[in-house]
Amino acid sequence: MATAQQNKKMVKGGPAYPMLVRPYAIRRISRETYDTFTYELTPPRGSGGVSFAPGQFNMLYVYGVGEVPISISGDPAKPQALVHTARIVGAVTKGIKRLKVGDSLGVRGPYGSSWPVEEAVGRDVVLVTGGIGLAPLRPVIYYLLINREKYGRIVLLYGARTPEDMLYTGELERWRGRFDLDVRVTVDRATGSWRGNVAVVTQLIKPAPFDPMHCIALVCGPEIMMRFTILDLEKRGVDYDRIYVSVERNMKCGIGLCGHCQLGPTFVCKDGPVYRYSDIRTIFTKREV
Amino acid sequence: MENIERILKEHPFLEGMDEKHIKLLVGCASNVVFKAGEYIFREGEEADKFYFIRHGKVLVETFIPQKGPVIIRSRHEGEIFGWSWLVPPYKWHFDARAVELTRAIALDGKCLRGKCEEDHDLGYEIMKRFALIIAERLEATRLQLLDIYGNSSTK
Repeated sequence: MATAQQNKKMVKGGPAYPMLVRPYAIRRISRETYDTFTYELTPPRGSGGVSFAPGQFNMLYVYGVGEVPISISGDPAKPQALVHTARIVGAVTKGIKRLKVGDSLGVRGPYGSSWPVEEAVGRDVVLVTGGIGLAPLRPVIYYLLINREKYGRIVLLYGARTPEDMLYTGELERWRGRFDLDVRVTVDRATGSWRGNVAVVTQLIKPAPFDPMHCIALVCGPEIMMRFTILDLEKRGVDYDRIYVSVERNMKCGIGLCGHCQLGPTFVCKDGPVYRYSDIRTIFTKREV
Repeated sequence: MENIERILKEHPFLEGMDEKHIKLLVGCASNVVFKAGEYIFREGEEADKFYFIRHGKVLVETFIPQKGPVIIRSRHEGEIFGWSWLVPPYKWHFDARAVELTRAIALDGKCLRGKCEEDHDLGYEIMKRFALIIAERLEATRLQLLDIYGNSSTK
């Protein structure tokens, strides 16, 4: 299997001291939804930001509580402002929620493979995402927009549970206003005041304007959403080797040593989280893996 | 009528259908317009039509006491909605409301059921096409029921 080899090529660089935790300061906290917040962090005084590739993640350390892997959701062109969006669901993320502007948060990383933005040059790019899956894809959108002339059509299909669960609503509105980016948003359920789409995100794939024979599809969201998305991309004629998925597993060390995030013959923290679907197809739906 | 025939011929739902069958459909078809906010049908009413949306947007809703209308699906330009005309007791199960000015072609269900009884080849073609739509919507509904964006992590 060529997964690890190929994905390593996608990574621009890794941390010099991979287990070193650096104390970042929280500069800004933005509430995205009732349980999801975006944290903008500044590096320790005297040090610059760490560059990252779209799709990579950091281990965030709440002192005395523990670590959690969170994807980087900021602009890769602005590494001095490290941005993470976290849903508050467990002990560590609850610990993050208790922190205030100015407090310190430990960061080590970035780790993992990245979205294939170079391979996508000259092609249509379709991004299919649901829920908090938009966060790991946001750096790709920034990257594609900065390098807009290198790509064909760019289509973002985003699904959320309800209108209140949508992330980055201000940015989505701005992106929708652009002529060079096709943004389609849907929610699973809504009440009478909502005037947008109501459907699962997979229903947006069939009518979306992209060339299935020459596109790259980037898929990020809950695993079940990704499985159904792949089925619908396949129906449109997108080959498995042009579909990329971001896989979530129980990542601990971040460097492929501890084995907690093993996925078949790969480690998600090192060989993933972004995989070419054709490389992991046989193990993606195996319940035992 | 010529215009309706052309639109139906070009619609993906009827792709590959025999010319003679399209002509039979045209005999049951009419142009309809709904203003923004207008109800196209309401739950419990006789389901006597289905629609090809030419332009606009339609919300399929149900009313929950103490909560108000809840949107189940939205339907857009190029899509078809309404299949209760096809199965007894031929009653709408939900409300449908245009959210903007909506133009559609309505197919008279009673008329079409009669023609399908007379011409089973036509009936089979219609059934095959609606089976695909129903299967697609069943799958989408199952995904909606799974509430896939709920909390999955415990960290």
